Amino acid sequence: MFRFIARRLLETIPVLFIIVTATFFMVRFVPGGPFDSEKATTPEIRANLEAYYGLNLPLHRQYTNYLKAIVLHGDLGRSTKYASRTVNEIIADKLPTSLELGGLSLAIALVLGLSAGVIAAVRRNTKVDYIVSSFAMTGICVPTFVLGPLLVLIFAIHLGWFSASGWYVWQDRVLPSLTLGIVYAAGIARLTRGGMLEVLNQDYIRTARAKGASEARIIFRHALRGGLLPVVSYLGPAIAGILTGSFVIETIFQIPGLGREFVNSAFNRDYTLVLGTVILYAVLIISLNLVVDVVQVWLNPKLKFE
Amino acid sequence: MISPSSEKLPSANVAPAQLEHGVSPWLDAWHRLRRNHLAVFGGVVVIVLSLLCVLGPLFSPYGYQQTNLENTFSPPSASHWLGTDQLGRDLLTRLLFGGQISLMVGLIATAVALTIGVIYGAIAGYAGGNLDRVMMRIVDILYALPFTIFVILLMVFFGRDIKLLFVAIGAVEWLTMARIVRGQIMSIKRMEFIEAARSLGLGTPRIIFRHMIPNILGPIIVYTTLTIPGVMLLEAFLSFLGLGVQPPMSSWGVLIKDGAERMEEYPWLLIFPGTIFSLTLFSLNFLGDGLRDALDVRAAKD
Repeated sequence: MFRFIARRLLETIPVLFIIVTATFFMVRFVPGGPFDSEKATTPEIRANLEAYYGLNLPLHRQYTNYLKAIVLHGDLGRSTKYASRTVNEIIADKLPTSLELGGLSLAIALVLGLSAGVIAAVRRNTKVDYIVSSFAMTGICVPTFVLGPLLVLIFAIHLGWFSASGWYVWQDRVLPSLTLGIVYAAGIARLTRGGMLEVLNQDYIRTARAKGASEARIIFRHALRGGLLPVVSYLGPAIAGILTGSFVIETIFQIPGLGREFVNSAFNRDYTLVLGTVILYAVLIISLNLVVDVVQVWLNPKLKFE
Repeated sequence: MISPSSEKLPSANVAPAQLEHGVSPWLDAWHRLRRNHLAVFGGVVVIVLSLLCVLGPLFSPYGYQQTNLENTFSPPSASHWLGTDQLGRDLLTRLLFGGQISLMVGLIATAVALTIGVIYGAIAGYAGGNLDRVMMRIVDILYALPFTIFVILLMVFFGRDIKLLFVAIGAVEWLTMARIVRGQIMSIKRMEFIEAARSLGLGTPRIIFRHMIPNILGPIIVYTTLTIPGVMLLEAFLSFLGLGVQPPMSSWGVLIKDGAERMEEYPWLLIFPGTIFSLTLFSLNFLGDGLRDALDVRAAKD
């Protein structure tokens, strides 16, 4: 297992290197620089700005400097939009909000999805099952950027139960987390139902039943472990989806998180902030995928840590 | 999903005499598909909506860009069936025209993904050995990347050009197709008819494209159908962020974005585009699921 993790970690290094390199050169080779939008920049100011950010150096020097700063100090540079702030500061400031949103959404997705899926599987082909299954299908087909505004319309504007924007009190957190979580809850419910149905027909469940195990024990102790496998392999893509989904959610609900910052920085051509955010998201997604892979093998002894 | 009616499965009541006039597998699949009400519903909705989107704007008295500042935010009425937007443009016309764009992005970007995925998967599956291992490892690694972010970067830095949108989305969505095609190719690679083709001296490309691909069309069709809604969702996602299709051009994502900004006073601006878009995704998913059952494609993930 340690060898498996070590090998996967080693594999991550070239992948991250390629991401950093590709993004770096992509950002540099596009028309339009970070200081194009400034009103009336004189050539002197421009030259000073470029010197400040090291943009006057030859490209390969910029690249090696950038890499060196990351590897040696974890330093992602200064924002080209907000000259007084470093990318590290901005990330430290905004990331916790996005992580909280992502965490809440994932929790909602897991709790809602797992319980709905188990109930649907246990009561298969009954009304309960049909209701759960059609809700799940609806959840998958209504995109977050339709669902979010609709929920705001109903629960914030008409009923006034929760707030429509911001991220200060708990009323602010309900609708965004719910919007982002429901899509994945629907996916998890479908996978749990399918996985549980497959497992519930197997011999070892019949054996457990024959030995007089209670229904609850059969479901939670015996069936769930096997039935969860498809859900766990879905978690990797789900986490990536929740992280990128937060761009839209943070825009709709005006949440001061990193997702909205990323979209803004892309519009502002804030080179260093874009690069830094992409690297951060890549690291997050890759490491969470690794965790998911480890959990998967741990749950299913048939898979070996190869 | 077959409803638990008295209807029996086809194999249960086939008399030996009937077995003699065989039915082609495609016809057989067609019969199975027709019995699946949800899939039929999905197919009909997709066809009707596509026709409406293509033909509708031709018959509309309004142009999709035609503004009328004296009649902004008009609620649905006899002259504007779905009302008008902030510039007095007819929402129905914009919705149908936007549908053309959204469906076109769906089809073209899926075609890009299909081409890359099929060629890549076929080469990996047919070659086998180390080449296959390296190629599939690359797919595994790409799977783990935050690809939406790269599409956003591409769209931001290289201008929001609709042609680029096709390529960027297509370049992201081919991974699953490559995996499926590879698995299918591997499963038929050792069959006699391939051996026969090889012993006749046919070249590798000919064997792959003339003899193997036609035999795995079923899974390819199913996953193509299921890719289209994913692609359309990505287009709408980007347009919603302002990074996809650009106004005054219309697409379902653009309309949803406009609607969401003004839903408080004028909810129909959000509700109509949102409903049509969700209905389309719904229908495509049902159709894809139905095709999967009809063509009997199991979850061919690897």
